[in-house]
Amino acid sequence: MSSETLAPPLCLPPRTVSSLQRSRQRMAWLLVAPSLLVLLAIAGLPLLRTFWMSLSDAQLADLSSRQFVGLANYIGDSGVLNDPEWWGAVRNTLWFALMSVGMETVLGLGIALMLNHPSRLKTLLRAAVLVPWAIPTVVSAKMWSWMLHDQFGVINAMLLALGLIGEPLAWTADPDLAFVTIVLVDVWKTTPFMALLILAALQMVPSDCYEAARVDGVPTWSVFLNLTLPLITPAVLVAMIFRTLDALRVFDLIYVMTSNSRTTKSMSVYVREQMIDFQLVGYGSAAATLLFLLIALITLCYMALARRRMEGH
Amino acid sequence: MSQIRLQHIQKRFGDNPILADIDLTIERGEFCVFIGPSGCGKSTLLRLIAGLDDASGGDIHIDGVRVNDLPPARRDVAMVFQSYALYPHMTVFDNLAFGLRHLKLGEAEIGRRVRVAAESLHLTPLLDRKPGALSGGQRQRVAIGRAIVRQPKVFLFDEPLSNLDASLRVKTRVEIARLHRELGNVSMIYVTHDQTEAMTLADKIVLLKPLAGQEGVPSIAQVGHPLELYHHPRSRFVASFIGSPGMNFFDTEVLAASGDGVQCRAGGQVLDAAVNGGGCAVGSTLTLGVRPEHVLCGEGPHLGRVTHLEHLGEHSYAYLDCALSPAPLVVKVMQSALAIGDTLRFALPAAQLHAFAADGEALPRLAALPAATRAVGAAA
Repeated sequence: MSSETLAPPLCLPPRTVSSLQRSRQRMAWLLVAPSLLVLLAIAGLPLLRTFWMSLSDAQLADLSSRQFVGLANYIGDSGVLNDPEWWGAVRNTLWFALMSVGMETVLGLGIALMLNHPSRLKTLLRAAVLVPWAIPTVVSAKMWSWMLHDQFGVINAMLLALGLIGEPLAWTADPDLAFVTIVLVDVWKTTPFMALLILAALQMVPSDCYEAARVDGVPTWSVFLNLTLPLITPAVLVAMIFRTLDALRVFDLIYVMTSNSRTTKSMSVYVREQMIDFQLVGYGSAAATLLFLLIALITLCYMALARRRMEGH
Repeated sequence: MSQIRLQHIQKRFGDNPILADIDLTIERGEFCVFIGPSGCGKSTLLRLIAGLDDASGGDIHIDGVRVNDLPPARRDVAMVFQSYALYPHMTVFDNLAFGLRHLKLGEAEIGRRVRVAAESLHLTPLLDRKPGALSGGQRQRVAIGRAIVRQPKVFLFDEPLSNLDASLRVKTRVEIARLHRELGNVSMIYVTHDQTEAMTLADKIVLLKPLAGQEGVPSIAQVGHPLELYHHPRSRFVASFIGSPGMNFFDTEVLAASGDGVQCRAGGQVLDAAVNGGGCAVGSTLTLGVRPEHVLCGEGPHLGRVTHLEHLGEHSYAYLDCALSPAPLVVKVMQSALAIGDTLRFALPAAQLHAFAADGEALPRLAALPAATRAVGAAA
C-alpha cells in the first residue's frame, strides 16, 4: 500500500504513519511467509536438485555413485544441445504450442460469443462445454486413441461411410497425420477452458456500453471490433499465457497417443525418455533444466509484450 | 424537434405488469420529466421510447411515424445513461466521435461537431484523456456530449445526475437547463427520482406510480406543469410524493359540505377547507392535507407541542403533537428560538387545505392556479 493512500490523521505527526506502515509491511510478510515456505519446499528445492543432478553423470539404477561432470551434459560433444533429437523435440513443442493455443483461442472466442447471448440453452451448454476439460487427459487421450484406431476406430468408420476417405487412415501412426491429430485432440480438450475464460471476460464488458452503441446505431461488426475485442484483450492475453505454459509442458497426451513417434515427441517426452527409458538422470536433468529455462524465457517475453501492449493502449 | 405520442403503452415482465395504459403526448421542444418512486417503471418507459426494450402493447409515434418496430438507431434519439456508459478504452474524442463514424459524415464534419460540443461542455482540454482519468462530473459531461454530437430529435436522460455529489448535481442541473434553452426546439425526456430536479427542469412532469401487481390501474398518476402537481394534486399519492417534507394528512369527519367548501371536525376542532365538497355526505370521513410550508405559525386556534426540531439554517421544521392527528404535524417555522417542549399556536388556512376522499381522489380546490402556470398546465 502506498503512503498516499494512508492520509495522516490531523492530530498525529507523520512519523506515526510510517511506523504504522512498517508494521503493516511486517504483517504482510508474516501472512505470505507460509506460502513462500511451501513454494520453496515443493518447487524451489526440486528445481535446485534437478539443476545439481544435471551437472553429474547420475544413472537411475544408482543415484549415489554419480560424478561431477560440469556442463558436459549441456554443451559436451554428446550434450543435449548437440542432440538433433532434442532440437526436433523443441521444434515439435513450439509448433504444438503455437497451433493449439492459436486454434483454441479462435474457437474459444467463437464459443464464448455464442454462450454470451442470453438463451435458455445457455446454462445447459455452459455445463456441457466443460465436459472435455473435466475428463482427465489420460482418459481422453485413451478414448481418442480408440476412436482414431486405424482398423476399429469409429472416426475411420464414419469417414468411410460418408465416402470422404477411400481407405482407413492411421491417425496416430502415420508420421504425416500424427502431429495434426495430437493438436486436434488437444484443441478438443482445451477449447472449453479458453471459452469459459473468454466468456468471463465478455461478461465483464458493461452492458450499457452495448446499449449506448445500439442507440448510436453502431453496426454489429464495429461493436465487436471496436468495443468487445479491445475490452476483452487483456483477459484473453492472460488466458493465452496460461495455455502456452501448459502447451510447452505437454506430455500425457503425446505419451498416451503416440509414445514412440519422433514426429510428435515433445520436450517433456524427450526428458522422460532420457531419464527413465535410458536411465540417464544427469543428462535428462540437463534437458529438464533447458525446458524450464525455455519456458521461463518465453513467459517473460510474453508478459513483457502484453504489458507494453496494455500500456500502449 | 419532434412530437412523441404514446398510446396505450403497456409493459410486463412475465406475468408482472410494469407499465399499464400510458397515454401521453410530449410536444416538440418540451422538457418532460418522468418521476416516481422506485419500481414505478419510469426508466423502463424511457427504454421503450429509446427502443432498447419492446413494449408489450400500444404504439409509440415520433413525429407521426410509428417507431415500435424501428431499431434505436433509426428513431433518431440520443440517450444519456445513469452510468454514463462511456467506452472505457477510448479517449474522450473517440467517445464523442465513435457514434458519428458510421453516419458517413466525413472526418472534417465529425471533428467540427466534436469540437463544438466539447467547447460548449468545457471538455476541450480533456479530449485526449480516457474516461478512467476523468472525474465523475467530467464523465457526465462526456456522456451528454456524446448525445449532443448526434444532433438527435429527442434527448433521453436516465437519472443522469444520480451518481454526482450534491453541489455538482445542482451545477449540472443548471447546465442541462441551459442546454435545453440553447438547442432550441429539441425535446428532452428526463427520468429522475429527485423531485427538485423534476420541479426545476420540467415543462411537464409525468408522475408514475408502481403497479405492485395490480391489474386495470393506469401507471400515470398525474401529468402537468410542476406547479399544477404541487398546488392541485389529483390524488393523495401525488400530494404525498410532490413536496418535501411531505404533506401532512389527517382524517376528519364531515360536518357540512357544498360546492363552496367543506366543514370538518378533527380532534374536537372544527376546520374549513376551500374545496368543492359537492359529493360529500355529512358524517363521512374525509382526509385533509396541508403542506408544512402552508401552516400559519404563531397565532391561530390550534395548539401543538414541539417534539422534534430540524434546523435548516434559513428556516426550521417543527414536529408538533396536536389534537388534530395522531401522527406529528410537520410545520415550517421561520424563527429558530423554538425549543423542544415549547407550545406553538398555529392556524390552517382554508385556502391551503387539500381534501381527499376515501379512494384517495382529491376534491377540486377552489383556489385558482397562478395565471402563467395555468396556461401551460392546461395545454398539457
